[in-house]
Amino acid sequence: MLGTLPGPLALASPHLSWNVVADVRDMFRYPFMVNAFRAGTAVAVLSAVVGWFMVLRRQAFVGHTLAIVGFPGAAAAAWLGAPPALGYFAACLLCALVIAALSGRGAGGDDRGEPAIIGLAQAAALATGYLFISLYHGNLEGTNALLFGSFLGVTTGQVVALTVVAVVCVAAVATIGRPLMFASIDPGTALARGIPVGALSVGFLLLLGAAAAGASQITGSLLVFALLVLPPATARRFTLRPGLGIVLAVALGLTVTWVGLTLAYYTTYPIGFWVTSLAFGLYVVVHAVHAVAHRGRHRPLPEVAP
Amino acid sequence: MTTPQADTAPTVVMTGGAVTRRGRLVWHDVSTTIEAGRFVAVLGPNGAGKSTFIQALLGEVRLDQGSLTVLGEAPGDAHDRIGYLPQRRTFAAGAPIRGVDLVGLGLDGHRWGVPVPWSGGRHTRRARVAEMIDLVDATPYATRSIGDVSGGEQQRLLIAQALVRDPALLLLDEPLDSLDLPSQAAIAALLARLSRERGMTIVLVAHDVNPLLGYLDQVVYLGRGHAMSGPPEAVVTSESLTRLYGTPVEVLRASDGRSVVVGQPEAPAVHTDRHGAAPHHHGH
Repeated sequence: MLGTLPGPLALASPHLSWNVVADVRDMFRYPFMVNAFRAGTAVAVLSAVVGWFMVLRRQAFVGHTLAIVGFPGAAAAAWLGAPPALGYFAACLLCALVIAALSGRGAGGDDRGEPAIIGLAQAAALATGYLFISLYHGNLEGTNALLFGSFLGVTTGQVVALTVVAVVCVAAVATIGRPLMFASIDPGTALARGIPVGALSVGFLLLLGAAAAGASQITGSLLVFALLVLPPATARRFTLRPGLGIVLAVALGLTVTWVGLTLAYYTTYPIGFWVTSLAFGLYVVVHAVHAVAHRGRHRPLPEVAP
Repeated sequence: MTTPQADTAPTVVMTGGAVTRRGRLVWHDVSTTIEAGRFVAVLGPNGAGKSTFIQALLGEVRLDQGSLTVLGEAPGDAHDRIGYLPQRRTFAAGAPIRGVDLVGLGLDGHRWGVPVPWSGGRHTRRARVAEMIDLVDATPYATRSIGDVSGGEQQRLLIAQALVRDPALLLLDEPLDSLDLPSQAAIAALLARLSRERGMTIVLVAHDVNPLLGYLDQVVYLGRGHAMSGPPEAVVTSESLTRLYGTPVEVLRASDGRSVVVGQPEAPAVHTDRHGAAPHHHGH
């Protein structure tokens, strides 16, 4: 993954025709593109499902930190000759456990504090990752791929790993979904009802770590929000229903990933740029339409607490 | 007090209860019995241990001394027959959840796994949630974002959530706090109606007795580490509160029946000087 491939763009320079079916068929002639789509699909589904809960729990900052910690993990793996995917998952899950340990001191298990410590962790992670890159004598291409994403050189082994992780994590979310939602919205009441709020908190951090590690492998560590935040945040504008919202977030995540991969294949611009811009563009358009549609509908002023 | 029905055991029996938190004795030697179907307020100044009392009933705080049974069981064992409303939370504007979902969580939010779509249970569930929302008169705004409705409306939805599994005991921590006066009166009337119509025992923490005065069957008054329990007209009097605090306290009655407690020390009551010159008006 770290800049070893000459890249298909050098071999043949594909360009879009008006025949979309032929273009897609053309693209899928390359096994690396098939692998990229498979990996992108697994990652988009996982990120949308976990991201929906992350937005609900207002843990975006934690999600971003987990993703950034994946960068030194992947760089260290490359330096040691291990697959970067392993580095991403190991670093993100380890970081999730550290955050859980640091914030789990209260019995209630509220892990939504300490932004200063989290900010420090982000800086340290970027610096360490940069160190590993220098130790590896990697070229700039490799750093870019780790930070801003790449769809080249996704191995079949990586596709299998990402699919297994996605299936396991989505199944886990489905199993803990309702108690997790209860604990996220209303921890006090959930605790009184016998729901293990603290354990759910730790479990969700691990799921978030897995999702961040997965998303990093497509969008790079710095652009994970394209798949983790934007699809759920856009879905929220359409519906507040939990089930429908998650399905919609998945659909949006898949759309931006598939279209982004296609555009990255047919243009000279990188995948991270396309996926992020598409997701952000959708978000802005949906919010703008919503704002116009609701203009003039005045709600009563909210009650002011003393 | 009316005579309790012979076949209904008391909902709460505490005998000689004492709780210590972070090395501080919160209250001790508290004995009270709450009969089934009563509407009870736990009153007292800030820091008197009112929330601790509710937490003890929930089994979240253990008694260091004495005994306590709730619905005939050890505290915490009956949590599926208890509805609980923690101290008021406000939801941020645009919070991504609707009132109906919040009430639905009260019904099955503790269940693991995915609900089976298009099953019979789904229909019953929806009907049950709708019934509870109707019971608290929250139907008009139940499908809006919880963050976009007023504090009083949020409180109604939270009460519906606590009621949705038809609890035998409903515990509320400061349900009237930070509501405007009309909302306080409306919520107090709603709770009194629920207690009367559904025969439910309701125990709530309040720091102002006035919105509740016409409705209460019993008050548990906490102060100076002690408690007094009884009907409001017997407990909220100058004599009994003076005895509880050990410092002169006066309960003044306004012509409309509202009472004002004057001279009540805020805990921890370290100074014993009298507040005669500048009476502390308790309440809003």
